[in-house]
Amino acid sequence: MIYAQILAGGKGTRMGNVPMPKQFLTLAGKPILIHTVEKFVLESRFDAILVVCPADWLSHTQEIIRKYISDQRVHVVTGGNERNETLMKGINYLQQHYPRHDDDVIITHDAVRPFITQRIINDNIEAALVHPAVDTVVAAIDTIVQGTDDQASAIPVRANMYQGQTPQSFNIKALVTAYQKLTASQKASLSDSCKICLLAGQPVTLVRGESFNFKITTPYDLRVASALVEKRD
Amino acid sequence: MLNQVYRLVAARQFEVQTVAETVTANDVVVRPRYLSVCHADTRYFTGQRAQAVLRKKLPMALIHEGVAEVVFDPQGQLKPGTLVTMIPNTPVAHDPIIKENYLPTSKFRSSGYDGFMQEFICLHRDRILPVPREINVEVAAFIEMVSVGVHGLTQLQRTMDADQEVMGIWGDGNLGYITATLVKQLFPDSRLIVFGRHQSKLNYFSFADQTYVVDHLPEKLKVSQAIECTGGRGSEQAIDQIIHHIKPMGTIILMGVSEEPVDIDTRTALAEGLTFRGVSRSGREDFERALQILKASPVTRERLQNLVGLKRQVRSVKDMRTFFEAALTNYWGKAVMEWDV
Repeated sequence: MIYAQILAGGKGTRMGNVPMPKQFLTLAGKPILIHTVEKFVLESRFDAILVVCPADWLSHTQEIIRKYISDQRVHVVTGGNERNETLMKGINYLQQHYPRHDDDVIITHDAVRPFITQRIINDNIEAALVHPAVDTVVAAIDTIVQGTDDQASAIPVRANMYQGQTPQSFNIKALVTAYQKLTASQKASLSDSCKICLLAGQPVTLVRGESFNFKITTPYDLRVASALVEKRD
Repeated sequence: MLNQVYRLVAARQFEVQTVAETVTANDVVVRPRYLSVCHADTRYFTGQRAQAVLRKKLPMALIHEGVAEVVFDPQGQLKPGTLVTMIPNTPVAHDPIIKENYLPTSKFRSSGYDGFMQEFICLHRDRILPVPREINVEVAAFIEMVSVGVHGLTQLQRTMDADQEVMGIWGDGNLGYITATLVKQLFPDSRLIVFGRHQSKLNYFSFADQTYVVDHLPEKLKVSQAIECTGGRGSEQAIDQIIHHIKPMGTIILMGVSEEPVDIDTRTALAEGLTFRGVSRSGREDFERALQILKASPVTRERLQNLVGLKRQVRSVKDMRTFFEAALTNYWGKAVMEWDV
């Protein structure tokens, strides 16, 4: 089975003084989340598409999905307190409602990356069907400087540096096995899902993202995103 | 739906533009699979059109020949994955006399209106037709060009006199080859003679009854009807030669696009009562007839398979430019992109 999980658990704290989480803000006349879900429903290979949202926003999410999306594969589920807990809540839902197979894969994507393309989704599916973990990346444009407290500790070779995007995709069985090996503090501190697999010693395969597949996190991002979208005459 | 549209913004420069598409119940959303390049696209790509034309039409997604898969049909009539050919002519009005491809109000893909170089294409449902499974996907990429040939020959059938003895085609390029394969189906009892400038290209026309390099024509050679498929600067020489080798009262179908006006020997044309008929593009009924011919004729499908001259996968903006550069130097056949952007 091939599943998609749209991570819409953000609270929008970096968006500044706005009344609702960033995934629900309007871009080109629709909530950002809806643009993202629309891209996933165009992929017929998905057996289910989960939208995982904060508990406080469950009914709102269900209402906008009902308003804009008419696809029986889309289900709204409540997430956890942090990213990986949210991810695992979605997987728990799948395991409770669908038959399990060793080769089941899940394509997870940030709700606030609405510019994802069909090519990126397809590359993730194809790679996840043969590799345990897949990360979507673009080559780093700026030099990456590692350091703490105003002191650089390393400047890695830029040619080896990538910026992580989503989707991140997994063989579900491999991901659950790797997650169970983590300590409680690791589970709480990991901000990246592919790192779950790296820490468990599993290879993470890279697929090419796009520079425009960026994350709408700040008011600046939203202005850029709005400026990028043209209305068809 | 946010759609990524890959537009030519200046000569040899493609850029991505996100477009918010509104999908109505009358539309179908498809994903392009194989796209085929036409000379009109290469003229835009290299900036060979007049500057005023480029200023008016760019930025614009190129390509008006392609085959796609259905990804979403709001009415649920077409299943996802159904292979369809896309009709680039998009009429906004109907006229009882003027065909859809000659209505001035019609929009045409990759001519002032975004072509098929898009992540998804949102089309009116009457602008797609399912492709029979017998047709190879690479050949399906240029069904539009086959429909243009069908349109030309349909107009010939409606215009010409009763003489079907010898059909002459001037032009040894893609359009000449496609039209020649169609003449063999639509005029099976006629002799087909193909006239071209390149013996190496004429060698591909093995199914023609005769081929001639244009600078060695027998003085007394005559054709009943003629189809001009040269275009460009070759049009004038081809039309002149046709006028002198067609029988009186013959019909000349003009299919090649010339950028500049050409001189025509009207004295001889008048003296022999010749009919000139210009044709351009095609409409839905031409696509339907093209699909019927391709479905029914294995030999036509095989001949058209030999016309796939260049095939490459395209996955990025950089690939698009590289592909078009390769298409410019492709000597024989159609250049077909496997579209995976």
